[in-house]
Amino acid sequence: MNRRTPKEEIMKAHLRPCLVMFVLLTLLTGVAYPAIVTLFAQLVFPEQANGSVVKHDGKPVGSALIGQAFDDPSYFWGRPSATGPTPYNSASSSGSNLGPTNPALLESIKTRVEAIRAAHPEHAGPVPVDLVTASASGLDPHISPAAAEYQVARIAKARMLSIEHVRKLVARNYEGRTWGVLGEPRVNVLKLNLALNEIREAP
Amino acid sequence: MTANHWIQICLFVGVLVATAKPLGWFMSRVFQGRPCGLDRVLGPFERLMYRLAGVDPQSEMSWKSYAVAVMLFNVLGFAFVYLVVRLQDKLPLNPQAFLANTPDLAFNTAVSFATNTNWQSYGGETTMSYLSQMLALAVQNFVSAATGIAVLIAVIRGFARRNSETIGNFWGDLTRSTVYVLLPLSIVLALALVSQGVVQNFQPYQAVTLVQPTSFDEPVMGADGKPSMDAEGKPITQKKEVTEQLLPTGPVASQVAIKQLGTNGGGYFNVNSAHPYENPTPLSNFLQLLSILMISGALCWTFGDMVGDRRQGWAVLIAMLVIFVPLVIGVVMAEQSGVPAISKMGVDQVISGTQSGGNMEGKETRFGIVNSGIWAAATTAASNGSVNSMHDSFTPLGGLVPMWLMQLGEVIFGGVGSGLYGMLMFAIVAVFVAGLMVGRTPEYLGKKIEAFEMKMASLVILIPPLVVLIGTAIAVVGPGLDYVVGDEVKGNLNNPGAHGYSEVLYAFTSAGNNNGSAFAGLTANEPFYNSALGIAMFVARYWLMIPVLAIAGSLARKKYTPPGAGTLPTHNTLFVVLLVGAVLLVGALTFVPALALGPIVEHLQMTAM
Repeated sequence: MNRRTPKEEIMKAHLRPCLVMFVLLTLLTGVAYPAIVTLFAQLVFPEQANGSVVKHDGKPVGSALIGQAFDDPSYFWGRPSATGPTPYNSASSSGSNLGPTNPALLESIKTRVEAIRAAHPEHAGPVPVDLVTASASGLDPHISPAAAEYQVARIAKARMLSIEHVRKLVARNYEGRTWGVLGEPRVNVLKLNLALNEIREAP
Repeated sequence: MTANHWIQICLFVGVLVATAKPLGWFMSRVFQGRPCGLDRVLGPFERLMYRLAGVDPQSEMSWKSYAVAVMLFNVLGFAFVYLVVRLQDKLPLNPQAFLANTPDLAFNTAVSFATNTNWQSYGGETTMSYLSQMLALAVQNFVSAATGIAVLIAVIRGFARRNSETIGNFWGDLTRSTVYVLLPLSIVLALALVSQGVVQNFQPYQAVTLVQPTSFDEPVMGADGKPSMDAEGKPITQKKEVTEQLLPTGPVASQVAIKQLGTNGGGYFNVNSAHPYENPTPLSNFLQLLSILMISGALCWTFGDMVGDRRQGWAVLIAMLVIFVPLVIGVVMAEQSGVPAISKMGVDQVISGTQSGGNMEGKETRFGIVNSGIWAAATTAASNGSVNSMHDSFTPLGGLVPMWLMQLGEVIFGGVGSGLYGMLMFAIVAVFVAGLMVGRTPEYLGKKIEAFEMKMASLVILIPPLVVLIGTAIAVVGPGLDYVVGDEVKGNLNNPGAHGYSEVLYAFTSAGNNNGSAFAGLTANEPFYNSALGIAMFVARYWLMIPVLAIAGSLARKKYTPPGAGTLPTHNTLFVVLLVGAVLLVGALTFVPALALGPIVEHLQMTAM
């Protein structure tokens, strides 16, 4: 009979615990855990758990958390998006990953600055940085209040509204810091544009 | 730096330190098998698991037996992940009908998740089925973290015990970490995240009609599958209307909770916690940020408690904070100052009440500069690796900080368990150096530090830099610069010059220290990087874990040496200074030349533009 070396003894002693523990922990953390979280999430926070979908006339028109591409002069524009093949492709999130010394980045920012300036002849000052830089996700739903204010006059002209009226809508969609401390002030572009459309639909 | 910057940084650090004691106390009870409250509910369940597995948690293991158990369990986990992602097209819960992973991607992913690195060569929402995410990846998120904690607890026992041949039972430590620590915290955090808007369901992706249809120029594909060219050699394009958006969903919150708590960092989506469905609000951001460092910080307290002198735990935690806080401030300042060349184009990068300003390329509006900066430092201090902004687009100095935090060896908080056992290796080096100065045999926590411990500690400290530097060197002399798809040669790097080199250095730094974050412009999903980084992750995890367990075994066997007149106290300011000095010196001396070629050159270039 072969005598087992101590190493083999150790291996043998560990084999059953290893296999059984792996199966048990897989069932616990890979099946039971997500199932329990899903169950509670769907019971307590069904809207959030299903993507915070925004509806208009009963039809889903997007998510409050996911930005959409806007390029019509009568809408507020969001941030540039680096997703492919189209901007704001929510099925494939991505940033540009271009470094600050990359000529490709500087070139595209220059093009964006020129386009923004051409669309806003009323502004002589510098362009808010978030309007010409791509977000991390490519799906950023927000712009800074400065970027919203920059576009107000254009929207007012395109929609034949008073500047004050548009500003009021921006203010209504302003989200401040959480508890006045966390995060940054911002404006949700999709919600703001939906609010703009509602004015047009009203008589 | 504005007042709000300081408040957000102080609030984060303050809450982090405040959680150390309660959570540390709880974990100390759990691992000593004493009543902790939760055992009344979960105790029967724990015992059932032991019974099914034929484990007696009281039956202790030698360090070698413990190491064999760790390795067997991890190899099994690796094999399982590999199989699931290779076969996901044939398995259920794949509503988007994703293909099986390629062999090199499956190898890379399996090593990555088993080693608690969570480097991702793939984009989650376009690659992994729900089943792969849950059954393969989320499970490893739990058990790789639990493995790290278990090994740390074994090391702590090594310090605490006298004349003992054993260092605990791996199956017991593994089960307790998972059932009492990681699972309850994850359930609470996951639900908190869902309340903020993180999705959690098993629906297929949902199509919605856009408010404003847009159009874009789509290249026309020829019969050979390549873009057709016109007479002038330009690609022919056609207008294509986009009227719909496909909202990705899935069991995201459950995944995100454990990815943060277990310092895994592997995102559900490609852009990780920058994705609005993974991290929708400043509050969800704060909770995730806290979860990244919380367990690693609290384990310092657990360490102090279990070795019988809580001041020892605080000393280590303070040393971590002394390095961490200035680097947080450094990265925030670098990012806030923005890019000079962009200002010159007529862009406003100045912070004001209505915009966060600064370098906003690759950052989200809701997080702005300060939360992106704190996160970048926290995720690389811990070996977490999740991101809420794109590090590749950081300013050179802003990108240097996360890179260097990893290069310090992932000991500033570090991975759950692995961070503290790494830091204890530096503590051994620190007392050894102090011992040399006064010509006395060094001691740490009443244990004589002798040649064997020093050899093992040196291995632990030197292996990661070796992996990082050799890996980077091999990549940049050729194999890591381009790759072949079909008959086409493509470049791996997304940026030219010094920044392109930084992408490679960052990748090996991340894999060689089990972090998992990336300068994500690097195309890593091809055979060279998938294999090279896979090997780097494997070496950096297990070749450290085994010497660490050997030290645990050797220390447990030693007798207690009462402190004498020549003993260096290890709970005071002098020791903190020595420990911080050891970490910084090794980190700086090893990596300054490599960093000089990347971020430092790039910084000079940027300021000259």
